Amino acid sequence: MNELKQTPFYEFHTGFNAKMVDFAGYLMPVSYKGINFEHQIVREKLGVFDVSHMGEFFIEGGGAEAFLQNLTINDVSALEDGQAQYSAMCYENGGIVDDLLIYRFSKDKFMMVVNASNIDKDFSWAQTHLLPNVKLTNRSDEFALLAIQGPNSRELLQKLTNVKLQEIGFYHFAEGELAGKSMIISRTGYTGELGFELYHSPKDSKDLWQALFDFGAEMGLEPIGLAARDTLRLEMKYCLYGNDIDETTNPLEAGLGWITKLDKGNFIGRNALLQVKNNKVSRKLIGFRMLERAIPRHGCSVYVNGEKAGIVTSGTHSPTLKEAIGLAYVPASHSKAGMELSIEIRGKQFLAKIVKTPFVNSSPY
Amino acid sequence: MNIPAELKYSTDHEWVRVEANVATIGITDFAQGELGDVVFVELPEVGSDADKDEPLGTVEAVKTVADLLAPISGKVIEINEGLNDQPEVVNSDPYGEGWMVKIEISDIDELDSLMDAAAYQEHIG
Repeated sequence: MNELKQTPFYEFHTGFNAKMVDFAGYLMPVSYKGINFEHQIVREKLGVFDVSHMGEFFIEGGGAEAFLQNLTINDVSALEDGQAQYSAMCYENGGIVDDLLIYRFSKDKFMMVVNASNIDKDFSWAQTHLLPNVKLTNRSDEFALLAIQGPNSRELLQKLTNVKLQEIGFYHFAEGELAGKSMIISRTGYTGELGFELYHSPKDSKDLWQALFDFGAEMGLEPIGLAARDTLRLEMKYCLYGNDIDETTNPLEAGLGWITKLDKGNFIGRNALLQVKNNKVSRKLIGFRMLERAIPRHGCSVYVNGEKAGIVTSGTHSPTLKEAIGLAYVPASHSKAGMELSIEIRGKQFLAKIVKTPFVNSSPY
Repeated sequence: MNIPAELKYSTDHEWVRVEANVATIGITDFAQGELGDVVFVELPEVGSDADKDEPLGTVEAVKTVADLLAPISGKVIEINEGLNDQPEVVNSDPYGEGWMVKIEISDIDELDSLMDAAAYQEHIG
């Protein structure tokens, strides 16, 4: 068993009495004052998440764009400098290696941000598809990452920087100083709220956290754990790798058709995904609400007309809606909003109804 | 960590308050802290039998779920209906408003298998 890694914020977490858990080999805060409280503060004010465990790869050189165009499913050529893109890598069979973000600094310099649990797998996958004139480096240890999310996030961060945050559009970023430290200020997040992610050097982490709370405490800033991060993303139907998507699911059935650019030219997995598209997807990832009192969890079976027909990939009690919600793969023929499902929870079947997603009306735009 | 001295405790983190032949049970402060925000509690029907160490109900939190095990055998004579509307009192007041079930004890000797506060403190480390 490997020693659990700590992020540079470890002492702050324990200072805030966080409950810590092993997550992808890192000792991470799962909650501080309570999931519902943390969830609500992000929807209403602002919160800060330590997501330093995420992985950062750099792709540089004349062949960088061609390399990423082949490796990932979204259209990298659509990116301009200072823009970020949600994408994924697929296997030849269309299964998902990982979902990720791509940042374009210039036509020959990109950053790819991947899930912590997949850093090693992703890096070796990318390496096996390397092209000439491409330098690929795993710089995950050189970056710490804080996400500041919530309707008041921009107001707080603007107190700490001269970069005009109002001018950074959704899924765009700037390099600049914040709290006197140079960093990448990215208008991205995993909550459905206005928010930013700050990629910075671990040596600046403590000063950055301190500055955020020096200015943010009076605005109600709170640290937010992974548990609320999960309920926040689930209310928006943002996919979580390992739960809703993995190597056995393809992006088309997962509702990620909008990032799957089949007509951009060849890329790994394209042939398989074309076939899926031509044959129509057989199952779809849908959102549902429980009609009875029970909370669905990852792995619960889904029944349609008495037959086992699908599986729950994520489930929780929504702190915003105060009811149980979940995501499930169901047959495409039975995937419309309003249709009923039965979910088997702890040996008993409970009624649920397919609903439109996102579950809540938040907007990060 | 709040571990009232006058209560008895099970290894599964239920507490028991004994008054005459009635045991009031709930989950401990430690247990509610581990579970996180409780969003509902499924309790047995009044009149049903409780068998020691067998499931009596479930405690659902946002992230996880746990069985409520009967720390003692007997008959369920009352349940805390207030938890239907306010399950969060399990977090805020686990030994008071957050009580769950009252059981008429069938075998008083079973109480000997439960821990006192000092032993429970040691149990959770």
